[in-house]
Amino acid sequence: MLTLLGQRLLSAALVVVGVACLVFLLIHLVPGDPVDVMLGESAQPADRAALRHALGLDEPVGVQLVRYLDRLGHLDLGRSLQSHRPITALLRERLPATAELALASLGVALVLAFPLGIVAAVRPGTAWDYGAMGFSLFGVSIPNFWLGPVLILTFSLWLGWLPVSGRSAPGSVVLPALTLGTALAAILSRMVRSTLLEVLGEDYIRTARAKGLGTLAVVLRHGLRNALLPVITLLGLQLGGLLAGAVITETVFSWPGIGLLTVQAIQQRDYPVVQACVLVISLTYVVVNLLTDFVYAWADPRIRLGGRR
Amino acid sequence: MTLPVLVLLAWAAMALAGPWLAVHPNAVHLQRILAPPSPAVWLGADDLGRSVATRLAIGARTSLLVAVWVVGLSVAVGTLVGTVSGYLGGWWDRITVLVTDVFLAFPGILLAIALAGILGPGIDNVVLALTAVGWVGYARLARAQVLSVQHREHVLAARALGAGQWRIMRHHLLPMISAPLIVEATFGVAGVVVAEAGLSFLGLGVQPPAASWGSMIRDGTRYLLVAPHLVLAPGLAMLLVILAINLLGDRLRDRLDVRGRR
Repeated sequence: MLTLLGQRLLSAALVVVGVACLVFLLIHLVPGDPVDVMLGESAQPADRAALRHALGLDEPVGVQLVRYLDRLGHLDLGRSLQSHRPITALLRERLPATAELALASLGVALVLAFPLGIVAAVRPGTAWDYGAMGFSLFGVSIPNFWLGPVLILTFSLWLGWLPVSGRSAPGSVVLPALTLGTALAAILSRMVRSTLLEVLGEDYIRTARAKGLGTLAVVLRHGLRNALLPVITLLGLQLGGLLAGAVITETVFSWPGIGLLTVQAIQQRDYPVVQACVLVISLTYVVVNLLTDFVYAWADPRIRLGGRR
Repeated sequence: MTLPVLVLLAWAAMALAGPWLAVHPNAVHLQRILAPPSPAVWLGADDLGRSVATRLAIGARTSLLVAVWVVGLSVAVGTLVGTVSGYLGGWWDRITVLVTDVFLAFPGILLAIALAGILGPGIDNVVLALTAVGWVGYARLARAQVLSVQHREHVLAARALGAGQWRIMRHHLLPMISAPLIVEATFGVAGVVVAEAGLSFLGLGVQPPAASWGSMIRDGTRYLLVAPHLVLAPGLAMLLVILAINLLGDRLRDRLDVRGRR
């Protein structure tokens, strides 16, 4: 198992370097001269030269890349062009909001997906099954930038139960978390259903039934435990989608997280902040996937014990 | 003729007929600003008194054009890169795998948002950004499929007969791997429709006065309380299209007997 994890760690490290290089290259994709775009056509030559130097754009690209990676190694993400504050400080301010939203959405997704998936798998072909899978189809088809406004319209404006946007009022996390969690719940419930259906056809389930276990014990102890592995993998993969979806959801609800920071930075042409946000979100995704692999390897005795052969 | 097919035909008809209909999506009517749906303006009017129904049709054109371009380019580039890298192997293959790994390390639409944001707003940049992100999935799929079929006997026979590598890839591998690619591309259309609307929602897509379903939703959220139809109409149109594509994709997958995406 250790060699497997070592290989996985190595390839993840390679990907991290690749991601950093690609993020570095983003600023060179700015059409024309990024300095012109940021300062406008009428800027003084001295200001341009100063900004060019501050961004390191007066150096050869190779030198710039090495410097960029070196600064990343020291956790220095540069300064914002707008507020002139260190970007690490900006990110630290925004991180708790995004983490709260992500965890709340994950909670929503798990709470919705498991009962739906289990019910659909235990009673396949019934109205329960069709209802759960109908929800799932809607869940994957509804774009979050539409679901968000519809939820605001229903629960904030018409019913007046929850705050419209922001993060200060109590209960303000509910609507963003519902918006973001629904799509994940839809995908997960499909996966729970299909793997559970597969597992429930196995011989050991028949054995468990034959020795007199109740349906609940069979489904939860013997069925769900074995159906959990593919669900863990999918969860890891989809968590990235959750982070990317947060960019749009946070914009809908003015939720002061990293996603909103990304969009604001794009609008203000604050390219170093855009780069930093994209980098941080992507690296989180890489790390989450790596952890998923580790959890998978640990949770599956065939892999956990397989290395001893 | 089933409901999903009808929805998609209506979408295509709206998109293609747009320029020939005598509609004026940008015509401003100040006397009907934010007018609710009525027999005269049957989906209501927006904050400039423009007909929502007409703008919906123009938005359909935007989303269809972007979807066709992005999926077409992505499938072409992805299939080419994936097939060549899977069949030739070696260094070319290792580099391709690393590059796709790096692209896939950016979750979902994030890289497209960053690219579109940095390239600047505009529909051509949306196509560019979504294609830059979209080809990777098809390259992955094509490579995996080629790896699984390239040792079949008909490929060996073709090679033994002296067929060139291009000929083998074109005539002996591509037909074998096309079914999963077609299914993936079908779902890809739904993905691109959502992504284009998402970028336009963030203000990175089409610029006013041009219309996209995403930018209509974005503009409508400011009048959510007084004129909810501004958000509901484009959202429902998009939801219908996406549901239809997903249903058709499921059906196509069953028909072509492709294993479920995991």
